[in-house]
Amino acid sequence: MSLFRWLPTAALVLAGVAAGPLLAAENGTVITIHNGKFEPAELKLPAEGRSRITVRNQDAMPAEFESVSLSREVVVPPRGEVSFFVGPAAPGRYEYFNDFNHDMKGTVVLEAAGGH
Amino acid sequence: MLATAIILFREVLEAALIIAIVLGASRGVADRGRWVLIGVGGGLAGAAAVAGLASTASALLTGEGQALLNAGILLTAVGMLTWHNVWMSSHARELKAELSAVGAEVQSGAKPLAALAMITAMAVMREGSEAVLFLWAIAAGGEGRSAMGVGAVLGVGAGVLAGALLYRGLLRIPVRHFFSVTSWLILFLAAGLSAQAAGFLNQAGLLPALGQGLWNTSKWLDQNSLAGQILHVLVGYVASPSGIQILFYFATLCVILVLMYRPRWRSL
Repeated sequence: MSLFRWLPTAALVLAGVAAGPLLAAENGTVITIHNGKFEPAELKLPAEGRSRITVRNQDAMPAEFESVSLSREVVVPPRGEVSFFVGPAAPGRYEYFNDFNHDMKGTVVLEAAGGH
Repeated sequence: MLATAIILFREVLEAALIIAIVLGASRGVADRGRWVLIGVGGGLAGAAAVAGLASTASALLTGEGQALLNAGILLTAVGMLTWHNVWMSSHARELKAELSAVGAEVQSGAKPLAALAMITAMAVMREGSEAVLFLWAIAAGGEGRSAMGVGAVLGVGAGVLAGALLYRGLLRIPVRHFFSVTSWLILFLAAGLSAQAAGFLNQAGLLPALGQGLWNTSKWLDQNSLAGQILHVLVGYVASPSGIQILFYFATLCVILVLMYRPRWRSL
């Protein structure tokens, strides 16, 4: 009987733990692909929270935004945009590139809240 | 030209290796070639449809839609690979006997042919949509179009060749060991695809990362090198995996192993 009494509480706690990262405050930012370049080439985001990155392609060629260290991979259609989430993750520099054109590169810098 | 060839090669390679493995694994099953062709055709149609949606910037592929679509495709493939392996685990013996009796093909039972077609279609659709999108952009573009076209043909050809080589290699395995080798290949293939799906679900914000990039082995083996990419397909190598990917990988391994060996445990 007591088991059934605390089961809903346990379920709630578990759901909270699972949903925590999903409900955390969100930061949003845009990376633009323009004339075969990622702009800005370096992007700073907080490491703690979850951030939504939108990649907007202004060129006529599709691009594949890929980052091995962030394990992100997304195709950006010509003149289209896609978005995805990063973090929370360890502070540091995370490099990404265009898998359709390896000369196009950029970096996402995740910074700890305290700053430097 | 070379750049285009390499891009197309990389897109085709993953699908070609997956098809080679399932073709090998279903060796001796009647009609399998036809079903794989149906899968390739369906996959190409699906790839063109996805690429078409992408070029019209449909809501399906903008926002987080693309990651969800990829996760759905990958998890479908994982389900089909599981079914395939479970079926093979109970039919490998008769297939082996038939294979030893030169050229005969197994006729009995509900064969995983639909699974075979689905796996092929999913593999072609996922990699193909990117290739089609890329090729369309080339076709629409102006200068250097013909050189890129040649590169594209070379790249696709090289990818298919790699798949054919793997298939020929598999056929050299003695019949006695053949199905245990192919079922282990499928097991790790499925686990790797499942981990990829977890990555996409996390990318879409639906699953927590449980630790983003727990380690990074890029220095030892770059995931984008040829060896890294082949291992990525075969055993799910990820240079910098997240916790949720590792969880999905091992959970899939365990579930398929249990399903494969369950009949044997029961008879003990």
